[in-house]
Amino acid sequence: MEGPISAALEQAYAKAASHERIVFDEGRLLLEQGDLHVLAALAHKRRLHLHPEPAVTYIIERNINYTNSCVTFCRFCAFYRRPGHAEVYVLSHEELGKKIAEIVDVGGIQILLQGGHHPDLPLTWYEEMLRYIRREFPMINVHGFSAPEIEHIARLESLPVRDVIGRLREAGLGTIPGAGGEMLVDRVRDVIAPLKTTTDDWLGVHRTAHELGMRTTATMMFGHEETLAERVEHMERVRALQDETDGFTAFILWTFQPENTAMWRYPKLESHQYLRTAAVARLYLDNVKNLQASWVTQGPRVAEISLRCGVNDMGSTMFEENVVSAAGTTFAMNAEQIEQSIRACGFEPRRRNVFYEEVAA
Amino acid sequence: MIPAVFADSEIRDLIEKVVAGNRLDTRDGVRLYETMDLPALGWAANLVRERRHGDVTYYLKNRHINYSNVCKYDCFFCSFFRGSKTDDGAWEWSVDEVLEHVADYKETGLKEFHIVGGVHPELPFEYYTEMLSALRREHPGVAIKAFTAIEIAYFAELTGKSIREVLTELKDAGLDMLPGGGAEIFADRVRYKVCRAKADADRWFEVHEEAHALQIPTTCTMLYGHIETIEERVDHLMRLRDLQDKTGGLLSYVPLRFHPDNNLLGSGKLTGPTGVEVLKNIAIGRLLLDNIPHIKAYWVMLGIKPAQLALSWGADDIDGTVTWERIYHMAGAETPEGMTEERLCQVIREAGREPVERDAFYNRVTEKAAV
Repeated sequence: MEGPISAALEQAYAKAASHERIVFDEGRLLLEQGDLHVLAALAHKRRLHLHPEPAVTYIIERNINYTNSCVTFCRFCAFYRRPGHAEVYVLSHEELGKKIAEIVDVGGIQILLQGGHHPDLPLTWYEEMLRYIRREFPMINVHGFSAPEIEHIARLESLPVRDVIGRLREAGLGTIPGAGGEMLVDRVRDVIAPLKTTTDDWLGVHRTAHELGMRTTATMMFGHEETLAERVEHMERVRALQDETDGFTAFILWTFQPENTAMWRYPKLESHQYLRTAAVARLYLDNVKNLQASWVTQGPRVAEISLRCGVNDMGSTMFEENVVSAAGTTFAMNAEQIEQSIRACGFEPRRRNVFYEEVAA
Repeated sequence: MIPAVFADSEIRDLIEKVVAGNRLDTRDGVRLYETMDLPALGWAANLVRERRHGDVTYYLKNRHINYSNVCKYDCFFCSFFRGSKTDDGAWEWSVDEVLEHVADYKETGLKEFHIVGGVHPELPFEYYTEMLSALRREHPGVAIKAFTAIEIAYFAELTGKSIREVLTELKDAGLDMLPGGGAEIFADRVRYKVCRAKADADRWFEVHEEAHALQIPTTCTMLYGHIETIEERVDHLMRLRDLQDKTGGLLSYVPLRFHPDNNLLGSGKLTGPTGVEVLKNIAIGRLLLDNIPHIKAYWVMLGIKPAQLALSWGADDIDGTVTWERIYHMAGAETPEGMTEERLCQVIREAGREPVERDAFYNRVTEKAAV
C-alpha cells in the first residue's frame, strides 16, 4: 500500500491507535479499506492495552449437544435433523453423565451444553437435565443453551423469557453462550435463518440474562450473505448492549462452513477475511474485554497467527465438536496442543474459567 | 509513508531500509527472525511484493509425479522414502506406468510435470532419460521440471559423468527446469545430523550453477522448523542470494515447513512450526532474497489457510492444482491432494489479489492457449 490513503482512513487509524471509540462509518471504512497489517498491528496494540501481560488464556471445556432434533431449519446448519428423521437423538442423563465424566477426568471445569430446537421437550425436561448435572458434577459450570433455545422454550411454554432464564438458572445453568447470534442483522437472518430469533429478541434474551446477573458471550458467524457493512452493524449492536449491561465476557467470531448445508453455494472463506474481521472486531468492541480465536474453523496455524493480530484467548478444548464438523471442518486441539501453540507464539498459557479468572492447571 | 502504528516497532529501522530499497544484511536477517512483530514484518514484505507484482498472484496447472519412493538415503526428516522396493509402502513405476498415470492429462491445459523421486539404488540413468523423452513425446505442451540437485548429483555418481554432461543429456531428453528440493538447510552441522548421506551444500550449488549455465532455470527451497538455528536459516538464505547475484537463474524461492509425522526427526520429539513461523519464513524470504523474482506459498505444505495469508506476507505464487502429492502427505500434511482451479482462484480473490495463471516459467497463460 504505497499510494496515498484517504484522510478519513488515516483518522480512523489514529483514533484506533489512541484507544478512542470508533464510530460505525469508521469501522466500516477500516473493514472495507484498511490495510491488513495496519489493522493487525492496531488490534494487537489494543489487545496489549486491555491485557498487558504476555499471556493467552484457554479453558478445559467439553461441547455436548443434548439433541439434534430441530424445528428451526436454519439454512446454514448441517447439524440438525428434522423431527422424525432416523438420526434424531436426545441424550439420556446416563449418556450425558458419561460425557461429563470424561472431561472431568482431564481437568475439565465446564461444559458447553447446546441443542437443536426440539419440538416438544418441556421446560421441566431441561430443568431435570440441569439438576442432574449439578447433583452429579457440582464442580462443573454449565455454559448452556443460547438465546434462540431459550426463546424457543419460552414460546413452547407461553412463559416470559425472564421466567425461563430464572428457572434454568435455579436448576443449575451458570452462563449463556452467544450462539445463535449468526449475523445480528434482520435482512441477513431472513435469508439464512428465517424462523430463528430476530436480532432484537436475541439481544433481548442477553439483556434479560445480564439484568438477572448472568454473564454471557456474543458471537458472529460471517462469510455468507452479509455485506462488510453488516458485519460492522453486528458489532455495533453488541457494543450498544454491552454499554447498557456490561454482561458480555467475550466476543467470538468464525467463518461460515458451507459443506453439507443448504447454503453450499456460498464460496467458503478461508482466513484472510477472518484475520481482517477479527482485527476490526478487536478495535470496534472496545468494551468487550476478550476476543477468542476460532481454531475450530481456522485451524491451529491461523489461530496462532491471530494471537499476534489482536486475539487474546484460545477458546476451549471442545473435546467433541458436532456442529462445525457436520459441515466438513474437523480441526482438533487438546490442552497440551493449545499450551504448546501459545508458548511457541511467545505467550504464557493460562487456564481460565468462564469469567476469565485464572484457575490452577 | 510508513504507517504510524509501526513507529515504535522494534524493526522500524529495518522497515525504513526496505522502504528505501536498501539490501538487508545477515544481522538484519537474524533480527527479522527474532521479532514477534508479525504485522510489521508483513507490511514490509508486502511492500516488496507489491512493488514487484502488485496484486498479481500466480498459480499453475501442474501434476506431481513421484515415480518411486525407493531411496538409498535415509534422511531423518523424510516420511516418504523406503529403503527397498520390497518394503511396505514402496513403489517404483516403469516408464509405461508413469505414462499411464498421467494419460488423462492430454489436452487439459496442464502446464507442468513436477517430477521428484527417491535416490533409487538400482534404476539405470537410461530410465530417467527415457521417462523424460516419453513424457515430452506424449505431452509436448507440458514443461518438465524434474529431479532435485541430489538426484542429479547421484546420476553423475552413477554414470561417472560430470554434472554438466548429465544435465545436458537430460535437457536433450526433455528437461526444462530443476526443482529446488534437497537444499534442506545448507549448514554442515544440520546436514550432518539430519541428512548425512545426502549431497552437501557445495554439490547442491554446483548443480544449480551448472544448470543455470546451460540455460536451465531452477527454483530453491529451505526446509525449516526442525533443528536449525536462526543463524543457520539466514546463512542459507544468504547463500541463495549470492548464487542468484552470480547467475540469475533462480525463478522462485519456496520455504518448506517441516512436517513431523512418520519420520525419525519428528516422532515424539518435534512439533511442526507454528502459523507465525510460516508467515515469518515467507516474509523474510521476500525481504532477504531481493534478487529472486517469486516467493511461493506452497499450499500443500503450509495448508491452504496459512498459504492464503502468506499472499499478504510476501508471497506472489500459491503453486498449483497439484494432484497426487505423496511426499508431504506421508509426513502428515492434512491438505487435500489437489485443488480445482476455481477454488484456487476463489482463495486468491478472498485475499484481495488477482489470480493469474502462469506456465512453468512464470509467463502468463493467455486464455487462447489455455485449453
